[in-house]
Amino acid sequence: METETIPAIETAPIERPPLPPVFQYPSAVPPSLITQGAEALLYRSTYLLPTLPCALKYRPPKPYRHPTLDLRLTKHRILSEARVLAKCRREGVPVPAVYALDETAGWLMIEWIEGEVVRIRLNEWLQQRKDEGIAEGVDDDRLVRLMERVGRAVGRMHAVGVVHGDLTTSNMMLRPGRHAGPDGDSAVGDVLAGDIVLIDFGLASQSTQDEDRAVDLYVLERAFGSTHPRAESLFKVVLGAYGKSFKGADVVLKRLEDVRMRGRKRSMLG
Amino acid sequence: MALESIALEHLPASHTVHTALFRNVKNASFLHQQLLAGNKDFEYALIDASVIMSRLHALAAAYRAVNDSLESRLRSRNVHSEIVFSLSPNNNIAESFRRFGITPQTTNLLAIKVSTPSSPATATEIQSHLSKEVDGEQVEFSDEVLQTMTDLARVKKIYKLNSTGGGNNGGKKGVNGTSGLGASGLEDERKELEILVLGSMALRGATN
Repeated sequence: METETIPAIETAPIERPPLPPVFQYPSAVPPSLITQGAEALLYRSTYLLPTLPCALKYRPPKPYRHPTLDLRLTKHRILSEARVLAKCRREGVPVPAVYALDETAGWLMIEWIEGEVVRIRLNEWLQQRKDEGIAEGVDDDRLVRLMERVGRAVGRMHAVGVVHGDLTTSNMMLRPGRHAGPDGDSAVGDVLAGDIVLIDFGLASQSTQDEDRAVDLYVLERAFGSTHPRAESLFKVVLGAYGKSFKGADVVLKRLEDVRMRGRKRSMLG
Repeated sequence: MALESIALEHLPASHTVHTALFRNVKNASFLHQQLLAGNKDFEYALIDASVIMSRLHALAAAYRAVNDSLESRLRSRNVHSEIVFSLSPNNNIAESFRRFGITPQTTNLLAIKVSTPSSPATATEIQSHLSKEVDGEQVEFSDEVLQTMTDLARVKKIYKLNSTGGGNNGGKKGVNGTSGLGASGLEDERKELEILVLGSMALRGATN
């Protein structure tokens, strides 16, 4: 008797969805893929002039969704991200500027932020210190100051009524300072120097609820602990700076304690 | 000083944007009349330069209008009226013409024309037509010159950017530094205002 063999799985070559037509027209810097998330592709390109770099976020159609629903969801998400970014920028939260969008075609063009994400910079720094044999907690002024900037940036965002929805050290950029700070933050070779810029507002929403804010902090705390275990003890500095950043922040910190006890989901359903 | 032709990023080469800036314009009333009469020889976006902050501000409007035209979803008569409408932070077309378009009182005038495959005007043709019809002094389409024309108070009013003012003003500490905007001064404030304006245009009608 012949043994049946299972049929080989046909592996379709992984295809990247083509860019929307408008980006197939000429540009000095053709869009180059920077990163790919679950929902969107991020490209680096240029806006209007060859000298102005931009980030292009494209949400390709999802073939498994009904086309009408897909279009509605994409439109909604593009617009809501752009609205939140514009609001943050108006109110002085450090975020990329909104340049242009086409919600029907599914793209959003925003300011290109120079620098590197905090996750990478922080790990570089921790590695450097480990190599030099410096113990944790010793002479870590720069790290403390970075943590304070993170806390203030998140606090400022919450203060204007925005919650991020996915706060991690990968969703914060460290942009080389345009004006050298008086506190020497831009010393040469200091990997922790620069301005915090919050990025990726794809899951953000407008809310002033303590619960939502506390969950934002909780998500950051968990992400921080798992991404930078050696700096976990310094997360309290983030919370300290956050607590002083706006009226009502202390209530959020109280709520954070509840969230820690039960996890991110308040309701046990879903 | 002659007209400047710009191939905007991510637009087909067939859609070149031509720009010409004038000051001390004396026949705005006549030009305005040509637009109202729908004179086919005056297919330009004629913009009152006192509400334009910078090159990017104007080019962003041109980009959006051409993009919308390529996607066949112009909201106004043609790509040129659409450029004026694209400057608007809301969906009111008539209001956008009143605010951004040429008026009989206009003295600083920005003319933008888009070459399209269906009307492929050359830079030379456009320049000679403008030179003949606009009674004014043509100047460089640059940020430096535009800045001398901008009525910042009016720009802030139109885009409703008065009350918030970037949040970093009013002596409030910035998130990232000890000084906020502080010493960085007027230049940065203007840059920031420009960014807020671009955002309002991109989100036209979708803000609420």
